[in-house]
Amino acid sequence: MSPASAPPPAPASWRRHEARLAWAFVLPALGLVATVAVFPIAWTVWESLHLHDLRMPWLGRPFVGVANYVEAAGDRRLWSAVGHTGLFAVLTVSLELTGGLVLALGLDRLRRAAGLVRTAVLLPWALPTVVAALIWRFIFESPAGLATAMATRAGLEAPTWFADAVAAWVPLVLADVWKTTPFVAILLLAGLQAIDPALSEAAAVDGAGPWRRFTGITLPLLRPALLVACLFRTLDALRVFDLVYVMTGGGPGTATEPIALYTFSTLLQNLRFGFGAALSVLVFVAAFGLASLAIRVMGGDAFLERRS
Amino acid sequence: MRRRAWGWTAVTAALVAALLGPLYWAVLSSLTPEPRLFAAPGLVPRALVLTHYRALFEDHDFWVPVANSLIVAGTTTVVSVVLGALCAYATARLRFRGKAPILAFVLAVSMFPQIAIVSPLYMVLRAAGLLNTYPGLVLPYLSFAMPLTIWLLDGYFRQLPLDLEEAALVDGAGRLRTLKEIVLPLAWPGLATTAILTFLYSWNEFLFALSFTLGPERYTVPVAIALFRGQYQVPWGQILAGAVVATVPVAAVVMVAQRRITAGLTSGAVKG
Repeated sequence: MSPASAPPPAPASWRRHEARLAWAFVLPALGLVATVAVFPIAWTVWESLHLHDLRMPWLGRPFVGVANYVEAAGDRRLWSAVGHTGLFAVLTVSLELTGGLVLALGLDRLRRAAGLVRTAVLLPWALPTVVAALIWRFIFESPAGLATAMATRAGLEAPTWFADAVAAWVPLVLADVWKTTPFVAILLLAGLQAIDPALSEAAAVDGAGPWRRFTGITLPLLRPALLVACLFRTLDALRVFDLVYVMTGGGPGTATEPIALYTFSTLLQNLRFGFGAALSVLVFVAAFGLASLAIRVMGGDAFLERRS
Repeated sequence: MRRRAWGWTAVTAALVAALLGPLYWAVLSSLTPEPRLFAAPGLVPRALVLTHYRALFEDHDFWVPVANSLIVAGTTTVVSVVLGALCAYATARLRFRGKAPILAFVLAVSMFPQIAIVSPLYMVLRAAGLLNTYPGLVLPYLSFAMPLTIWLLDGYFRQLPLDLEEAALVDGAGRLRTLKEIVLPLAWPGLATTAILTFLYSWNEFLFALSFTLGPERYTVPVAIALFRGQYQVPWGQILAGAVVATVPVAAVVMVAQRRITAGLTSGAVKG
């Protein structure tokens, strides 16, 4: 991979033997990945160029070119799903990065019971998303859930959360922030602990206050960790499915329907496989475009470099 | 100085309480009799009952999804750690052309959105008669488990010390013997971390399990609790009991392996 690991001179036959062994080790895994991930993607692209409706088998599966994409471009439900996904991503990622940073700074200063606290912090991240979704749906259940009770006690008038196109976003975003802030915090904590404390101490000796040290030293040095956390969270937010499926089902109506849920119902509920495949390809392209953009911004092969 | 330390402790304590509060509320509610579930909430319970758990296992055969989840997540973990370890050892240690493209390929696949491969997998599994079977879940799960294990283990093998391996090779032990007798014993902490993360992701998976199972006899735990329906109203007590049961193995793993999970996440965070 890098010139540093260039092979020292070895007999050619020995090297050939090693290469053959390497491929024997690599091929079963790669073959499996190709079968269960790459072949399906290629199939999806091909399918997206066909009219294929399992409810109307007599139509067959004619090639229709880009007709499915043309339909998608004019589909208002798709565009609002794109909007919902973007809104969800912006809200959750910004809240999670902020909360995760505060939590990481707190964990970093913890002297006692650090292991115990980290275990507690990891729990929401580690449990199934479906469980998180159900717990928060229970809390926001109207009219007698905990959230409504607390709002009433505070003298506020609570909306009927899941029946309100705007209020339904509150439990969705809260549940995601609750579940994923720990993940962000753990990533950022590793970044914080890699910073040499001598830098901060030197700045303190020079008279820099805590805020100056934070903005002048900690934040810039934490930038790579923040970018990585931001990338992973954004990619996940764009694929959000479990949470919405369980909490709102995309409702009321389609007011909280993200693109993955719209694609899912097009495929497995309406059985429109051709059009659903076109939607899948759009999700795929968006996720991939974002990832390659982010990797470029982070500086070339920062990703593969993290290997060595 | 001292005052600021207290300030941070307070902020951290508040955040940790916010993270644990909903879990506490769920456990408490799963032990509360149904009629009281939506009565005036209090933090200290007045009556605890196990009726929801009993109903879950006795009337709803909840051990079926638990067994399904254990079988599917366990098989996925074993297959992907074994094949992933071989592949990662080759990319980390052996000399051959094509390592960098292989790793880039694996990283790329780990970013595939699951929803984009649901329909072809559905068609293929249906044609092969594998819908609603264990292999019909394990195979799709490998699409996210294999890239995860290869990526984590490649990183792990790279940071193992080289000298022992080189000494064994110089002494004439072949690659295979070196792998078996030197590398694997050294690498077991990395293998354990990888297995733990793979198991967690497989135990928690929802979209594939929802798409490729057809009935309660093959539902995994997340699908079973998400699709739990009562006859007249939402049976919240039993749903929450199911949620707690789904959390128990996860909580156990996190308690035992917190340090490893943290290390695995930060060394090669593939996905959240």
